[in-house]
Amino acid sequence: MTASISPATSDKAAKVMLWLSASIAILTLLFILGYIVIKGLSVVNLSFLLDSPRLSGAEGGISPAIMGTLCVVTVALLAAIPIGIGAAIYLTEYAPECAATHIITFGVECLAGVPSIVIGLFGYAFLVIYLGFGFSILSGGLALMFMILPWTVRASEEAIKTVPQALREASLALGATKWQTVSRVVLPSAIPGIMTGVILGVGKAIGETAVIMFTAGSSLLMPTSLFDPVRVLPYHLYILASEGISDRMAYGSSVVLLAMVLVINLAAITIQWHYGRHYVRN
Amino acid sequence: MSEIEIESRNLDLWYGSAQALKTITMAVPEKKVTAIIGPSGCGKSTFIRCINRMNDLIKDCRVTGELLFEGMDIYGKDTDVVALRKKIGMVFQKPNPFPMSIYDNVAYGPRLHGVTKNEELDRIVEESLKAAALWDEVAGILDRSALGLSGGQQQRLCIARTLAVEPKVVLFDEPCSALDPISTAKIEDLINNLKRDYTIIIVTHTMQQAARVSDFTAFFLLGELIEFGKTKQILEMPERKSTEDYITGRFG
Repeated sequence: MTASISPATSDKAAKVMLWLSASIAILTLLFILGYIVIKGLSVVNLSFLLDSPRLSGAEGGISPAIMGTLCVVTVALLAAIPIGIGAAIYLTEYAPECAATHIITFGVECLAGVPSIVIGLFGYAFLVIYLGFGFSILSGGLALMFMILPWTVRASEEAIKTVPQALREASLALGATKWQTVSRVVLPSAIPGIMTGVILGVGKAIGETAVIMFTAGSSLLMPTSLFDPVRVLPYHLYILASEGISDRMAYGSSVVLLAMVLVINLAAITIQWHYGRHYVRN
Repeated sequence: MSEIEIESRNLDLWYGSAQALKTITMAVPEKKVTAIIGPSGCGKSTFIRCINRMNDLIKDCRVTGELLFEGMDIYGKDTDVVALRKKIGMVFQKPNPFPMSIYDNVAYGPRLHGVTKNEELDRIVEESLKAAALWDEVAGILDRSALGLSGGQQQRLCIARTLAVEPKVVLFDEPCSALDPISTAKIEDLINNLKRDYTIIIVTHTMQQAARVSDFTAFFLLGELIEFGKTKQILEMPERKSTEDYITGRFG
């Protein structure tokens, strides 16, 4: 080796490079947030949140889209949470170590990789047409469930696997059945981790457009039942921007969408923190 | 010699193709403390984990021969494992309290088995904690997390939790190996008191502990039962050479 860079120099260089990477990541986030807030915040006020849109959204508010988003995401979560946790419990606690189990796990992974537009198309064919749910909250919510299910399953699996085997043994040794052990010891200990998976699911679901536009419709009327079509917020801002209806309103909608994601994450972190404190006190 | 509580006849156990227990034949007397000693990997933990069928959790574990609890075949086809484990409790090597309150830890077993009345649960929790010599230390803080207790307290809590389901036999799997000498002494005193009401089997790797707590001792080596008898006799006048070697510290 001749004339190599001294270790001290390379150390400094590495530090600078890493610092730069971290800065770029943070700055990108701040730039996007800042740009959208500056462009859109002036539009956001109480009547923007509570009023119905006029002139296809060029005037008025976005309340039906907020409502539509909340409804569709709620349906998706109500369906995904029990199914996701159930599947995770089966895969971690009950399923025998065999090829079939590996195939199921692989299938779940694959589902996570299916492009959302494909899931949207499937939702259209299966839920909207075949099952006759039409463009509705129900169709949109269930299609979205297909989308977030893998995340819920995987996060729940990881959370369940981190529960120490010693706790299962303690419970079984006291004469508990497997289900008693799972429901009374394993699940409560795994809840904070499962919450994280659900949060990731919500974060994904709330910004999803492709799945929804094929299944939930694009109505700007306030929904009154599960079978009513709705337009979700991301789709609303897509239409506002792509059809040149109003850039201003599109930015306003973006601000609201970001705020919703933020509030949900904060709420979830608070719950997780609370549980974490409750269970892990050592 | 008192009544026989647990009897093993030609018990063999394999993990896959590796044989971990070889034709173990021994009888554990009722309401006595039986110690199982031997170097690491000799099969002593494996043996007691047969008695409450904890080995069922291990894949590829195969058992042949007979293992009787009050004359009933533990590995019989009709054996209700849940009922068996209710009668044969176990305290593990590392304290493993549930991430719940002290009260809920002790009440866990009784609740599983259908006790719902609060007064009844209160009584069981108090009696169990007293029997485990922990009551005086935790009486005022029953609603605190069990994870806040010291290691020795946690282990006594685990003993209380086991006693709360009213077992007949309590298996101790090296219960003091993670504890300091003072906590160890407390657990040993406790075991001496418990033998009035329970049949106790304790796995330990120290002869001193066997000498302090047990009436009978079994010496295991490489999956075989080398010698079984009164503790005093095993420790002072072992019949077999390998027992003597182990006791005098030549290996293990």
